[in-house]
Amino acid sequence: MANGNGEGKVGLKERLGQVGENIRSSQVWSSIFRPGSPLRAGYSDSPRNRSYVIMNNVLYHLHPVKVKRHGVRLSYTLCLGGLSFFLFILLTITGIFLMFYYRPTSPAAFQDIQALSTDVAFGQLVRNMHRWGAHLMVLTVFLHMARVFYHGAYKPPREFNWVVGIILLLLTLLLSFTGYLLPWDQLAVWAVTVGTNMGAYAPVLGDQVSFALIGGVQITPDTLLRWYVLHVLFFPFVIVVFMAVHFWRVRKDGGISGPL
Amino acid sequence: MAEIPESILRRSAEARAKAEGRSVDEVLAEMKGEAAPAAAEPAASAPPSGEAAQIPEALLRRTAEARAKKEGRSVEEVMAELAGGAPAGGAPAAPAASAAEPAPAAPAAAAPSGGGSGLPEHLVRRSAEARAKREGRSVDEVMAELMGEAPAAAEPALAAAPPAAAAPAAAAGPVRDLDAESATYSVPVPLLERAMVARARKDGTAVPTMAGAAPAPAAAATPAAGGAVAAAAPAAAPAIPEGVRTQRLLTVVKAGAIQQVKAEPHDKVNVWPHLLAIEFVALMVVLAALFVFSVFVDAPLLEFANFNEQPNPSKAPWYFLGLQELLSYFDPQVAGIIVPTFGAIGLAMIPYVDRNPSVRPSDRKLAIMIFSFFLFAAAVLTIYGSFFRGPGFNFTFPWVDGVFFDF
Repeated sequence: MANGNGEGKVGLKERLGQVGENIRSSQVWSSIFRPGSPLRAGYSDSPRNRSYVIMNNVLYHLHPVKVKRHGVRLSYTLCLGGLSFFLFILLTITGIFLMFYYRPTSPAAFQDIQALSTDVAFGQLVRNMHRWGAHLMVLTVFLHMARVFYHGAYKPPREFNWVVGIILLLLTLLLSFTGYLLPWDQLAVWAVTVGTNMGAYAPVLGDQVSFALIGGVQITPDTLLRWYVLHVLFFPFVIVVFMAVHFWRVRKDGGISGPL
Repeated sequence: MAEIPESILRRSAEARAKAEGRSVDEVLAEMKGEAAPAAAEPAASAPPSGEAAQIPEALLRRTAEARAKKEGRSVEEVMAELAGGAPAGGAPAAPAASAAEPAPAAPAAAAPSGGGSGLPEHLVRRSAEARAKREGRSVDEVMAELMGEAPAAAEPALAAAPPAAAAPAAAAGPVRDLDAESATYSVPVPLLERAMVARARKDGTAVPTMAGAAPAPAAAATPAAGGAVAAAAPAAAPAIPEGVRTQRLLTVVKAGAIQQVKAEPHDKVNVWPHLLAIEFVALMVVLAALFVFSVFVDAPLLEFANFNEQPNPSKAPWYFLGLQELLSYFDPQVAGIIVPTFGAIGLAMIPYVDRNPSVRPSDRKLAIMIFSFFLFAAAVLTIYGSFFRGPGFNFTFPWVDGVFFDF
């Protein structure tokens, strides 16, 4: 009767609990989760362990152990910067998935996108998430910039990080714009045509810049390959470098700004 | 004592009063030196005085022990010397000798300042190199001067002087008129003296006698004499002439740097769990919203690209539609180049243009107004270009003719 099942045996729940305890006490487990991790056996909620959760974690690259109390309020940042970063990760994951089914050549590109909705499990869903996530990221980055402005968070010593942020905004736009062409449908090619036509009016080097960007005097399948490489390799690489600087400077410049 | 701030003195007094069970005022008065020390420590005021030097007895003794050990002398001997403030065996100038020019000690004198100022050789050399470079002289020359040998210019005089004065005082060495030399070569007398002593020691010759000064008593190096005389005439010891600096200001330590030990309190919270929990929830909410939206709304895919058939209207991606809208009012050079270029540069320059240090919204109304204006204009242009432009990019109401816009 001791365990309540009337049989005097050890119940399933207790046995599973024991297994879980054994796993969490194993060497493998404790080698993965460093001291202070709430997933580790024997974790207790103490100020010391709360510090260890961050200090012994890869998140220590992003967050200090403690932050100013006002910075934690959701209404202060609306998490816009963090969400932009999260969306970038999400776009990377969904983008890698899409790369499995996509060839950046003229008729194939369009056919592959079409096939996503018919032949590939969750293909349409992942493509939708990639597209909507991209638009959302442009929005969150832009709103993040506005939020930072209204908090005066670009003031010394954070001037340069604001400049890095502007670069990140431009890179986000470029990432979105280069991705816009890839479905190779009427919407893609004509939107990009309109967009790049504006760049051709640049004085002195306008024609050359335009030529280098689209790989010719007008959009062709060559442009598709070029923008594909820019979209999946070049700009992500550059933006990751600038993001690293951006996050690092946030920490070095004294963490969250304010209070107002 | 007098330079310690009242507040710190009081805090100290309170602590001591508590420890010794006395009243604070009593201790405070004692610390300020107004009242006699408590009966428990009658001798307390005597030792620390250390007479002239104001050095506590214990410290003096420790120093003496260390030096005695190093120099192989007895502790008492060194102690007496230190207490008097006189240099070791520093030939206590007879009262007759002018106070400003104590007779140089005998070569045996173990004055720590002998042969230069007791500085390590490499430091002196560095200093010599610097000075030599500045004055355009040779390093060795300056080095010799620094180490206490005669300055370069004094060299010939030194060489010439001894023979002239050699005869009268063979026992005491040649006679030199340091006052005259000092005037001639603009070298302070003590430096000349030091140089003379050092040279004599190096060459193994007798120390020259100075003209105009009483001959030095034969190396009165006995410890007793040293102590006694030093105690008797402490004023004769330093003999540093006017205008000769013997110390440099290395740095000034501000009071705040050493006294303000308490850090400013910050209102902070642990990132775990307070911030991470919020972030996690925010990520999950956005992920869920995006997922649900993606389930129900498909990304647009029109027909295959056809370069011979331009859709009407043709619109750029939505974030460029503000610029495309500007294209219908301005020259492409303006709308397509100048506005975006200067927009980006202008944005990046905000922190360097806005010199107002305040972050309070009430202090920066102008900045907020200007930024909000551009934000609002961009939003209006983008929405206008997206929803109110139909075929031919002409004006249209979205609820009349429909929306000509694809995400």
